[in-house]
Amino acid sequence: MHRGAKLYVVDPRRTSSARWAHAWLGLDVGSDIALANAMAREILDAGLQHDAFIARATMGFDKYQDCVAPYTLEEGERLTGVPASLIRQLAHDYARASRAQLCWTLGITEHHNAVDNVLALINLALLTGHVGRYGSGVNPLRGQNNVQGGGDMGALPNKLPGFQDVEDGALRSKFERAWKASIPPKKGWHLTGMFEAMERGELRNVYIIGENPAQSEADVQRAMHLLEGLDQLVVQDLIMTRTAEMAHVVLPAAASWCETEGTVTNSERRVQRVRKAMEPPAEARDDLAILVELARRLGHDWGHPTAEEVWDELRSLSPMHAGMSYRRLDTMGGIQWPCPDENHAGTQFLHARLWEEPVKGPRALFSVVEFEPPVDTLTEEFPIRLTTGRRLDSFNTGVQTRAFASPLRRGETLDISPEDGARYGVAEDEVVRVTSRRGSVVVPVRYDAGLRPGLAFMTLHFPDEVETNRLTIEANDPKSGTAEFKASAIRIDRLDSGSAGRRDKEWISA
Amino acid sequence: MKPATPSSMIEITLDTIRREVPHQFTLLQACRSAGIEVPTLCFLDGMTPASACRICMVEVEGSRVLVPACSRQVERGMVVRTDSERVRLARRMVMEFLASSVDLSLAPGAQEYVNRYGARPERYGSKDLPAPATVAQPVKVDNDLYVRDLSRCILCYRCVDACGEEAQNTFAISVAGRGFDARIATEFDRPLPDSACVFCGNCIGVCPTGALIFKSEHEMRRDGSWDESRQTQTDTICPYCGVGCALTLHVQDNRIVKATSPQDHTVTGGHLCIKGRFGWQFVQAPEK
Repeated sequence: MHRGAKLYVVDPRRTSSARWAHAWLGLDVGSDIALANAMAREILDAGLQHDAFIARATMGFDKYQDCVAPYTLEEGERLTGVPASLIRQLAHDYARASRAQLCWTLGITEHHNAVDNVLALINLALLTGHVGRYGSGVNPLRGQNNVQGGGDMGALPNKLPGFQDVEDGALRSKFERAWKASIPPKKGWHLTGMFEAMERGELRNVYIIGENPAQSEADVQRAMHLLEGLDQLVVQDLIMTRTAEMAHVVLPAAASWCETEGTVTNSERRVQRVRKAMEPPAEARDDLAILVELARRLGHDWGHPTAEEVWDELRSLSPMHAGMSYRRLDTMGGIQWPCPDENHAGTQFLHARLWEEPVKGPRALFSVVEFEPPVDTLTEEFPIRLTTGRRLDSFNTGVQTRAFASPLRRGETLDISPEDGARYGVAEDEVVRVTSRRGSVVVPVRYDAGLRPGLAFMTLHFPDEVETNRLTIEANDPKSGTAEFKASAIRIDRLDSGSAGRRDKEWISA
Repeated sequence: MKPATPSSMIEITLDTIRREVPHQFTLLQACRSAGIEVPTLCFLDGMTPASACRICMVEVEGSRVLVPACSRQVERGMVVRTDSERVRLARRMVMEFLASSVDLSLAPGAQEYVNRYGARPERYGSKDLPAPATVAQPVKVDNDLYVRDLSRCILCYRCVDACGEEAQNTFAISVAGRGFDARIATEFDRPLPDSACVFCGNCIGVCPTGALIFKSEHEMRRDGSWDESRQTQTDTICPYCGVGCALTLHVQDNRIVKATSPQDHTVTGGHLCIKGRFGWQFVQAPEK
């Protein structure tokens, strides 16, 4: 760490980032709210909250104070597994810092209570005033190059481009006038909702662009079953994924980061240009060209718009993008939204309004959130907590990264602590059977001293060899629809002896 | 660096002309702001100067020895000569030492300095004289992503610093050995896959002489198919995570032959990870 910065890493695993940290808080998977609430209680006990900020810019503080009151340091230790002294140290350092950020990734959001996890962290920022100022804030680090941009462009079931609510009549009619078409007035389904609709038989035709749910979904056997039952599946992708192999129609697409023009938006809301560096293969077409051609065959002539023309239409409808011409994006090396006009430099950080005198707009709300353990409970039959994630050189289901010869790659393994290796009598490199309440895979063991006893780790990178998502649970957050990839309950069985009976009953070929 | 306020300006003399420069400037920054070109090899904008190569040496009145412009801060009343005979002699010697002992054929900048300062590396050995001492050694090919051709290494320390505190904080490489035997090495000189290396390739990104080079480029150069006149360079954004690093794709015959990152880019200042630097094959993989 440089220039006096302090880093705390809160992660069930002792990751490489944790090795650089001043302290590592190795909490139990899914106990994030207990930790956040215990920090809040300690901050309040020590009088380190930002009273002036709470009074001027927030609401709901009294109820929040009551909610966190039972989360003493000792209770925090009991619920999270983190020593009370470390929780106290983090609470004090966070509250006392002149600037502090909370950064998180899918360890917070891939849970059945994902939104509550995020709200618990926002509460901490409001409690200490670490929001709306340069160097402070709450910072969800995006895991894909345009997941932010996808949401910005309205690829959400309840939003039009620029996060404009689809159920707001005035906003909807603005888009209807521009598009000369009517927009369904009710919000749609997110991904999890779509699978539920497939299960109910309400969704019979699916058109998938650039996603591989046949391998990326939690409880993947269920997902495969539902996709197989569709009347029609159309997949548009640049790679013949497992999902594409299942499709009735495959539309070969150009790579939207090097074979077409456009924009993407990164984690800091910076819109940047992607540019065409090469020609796509003969059969493949730009996503935009495919959509336009599809519209034409459905009776709508949209002409042949360029990426820039589509972007300019977006700018005319989405105020937060209005000032971002292609020319400005080129010369400024990207612009952070909101950028309302062509004289605006973009916005480095959000929520500065909370510090304005008087506060503009609504006050920020403290939320009452309580600790709830993961859905997939640990029992004698399933005693080990499995969490999933990525490794440095690979990406998601591996369709992009398997094409390059990474010297770091060693294939899928079940990572466990050396203590658990001894406890369950499994050696490194031994192939074992891993079983959850949903399915089973066969995978070699690797010892990782960064894991605590009782915790195992796998990735989703090699689904053709080890289909980790047979193990994961699709229990999901009702608000975000995110599945609890981070918390499954598993057991480990040796292949050679003593488990033949269970294998006959439950073993599914991996 | 913050813009200087008028009160922090000081006066120095550069090649007989008095100039006002911000007090925190280095001599190199002062020269550049005055339009005076000073040669550099190890210096790279955005990184702490290593002061290793000694090609940027200038003469400061009152100083017994020449000083490196890249790291020496300006002082009030300094009188600096950037192109005196003494300076030119020093630079000529530096280039003679380097060009006689190191393969500079992939370092056009260094070759230009050889010509500019009239360096005659053959004075240290040639076909008529005993062969010069060189750093020549076999190319290290121990992985599929990049090779180390240390016969081309001028020990500028850029790769060591980029691997270490200046960018990656991985510390997989350092200088081993002393004097003429000094070499860039991994711990215990292990092959890269057995070292701490995370294959970000940020060392390649900063290498000025082609000593660290993409394996694809190395092989294409060896078989004669590398042709920069047929290459285009297009800036785009990495297709992987949400950081949004800028990628410059070098494309020859409609195939990506390497990826670099512009050093002036806001997001990561030219640094990438293994996926951004090397993970682009999927757009031209046979299975696509």
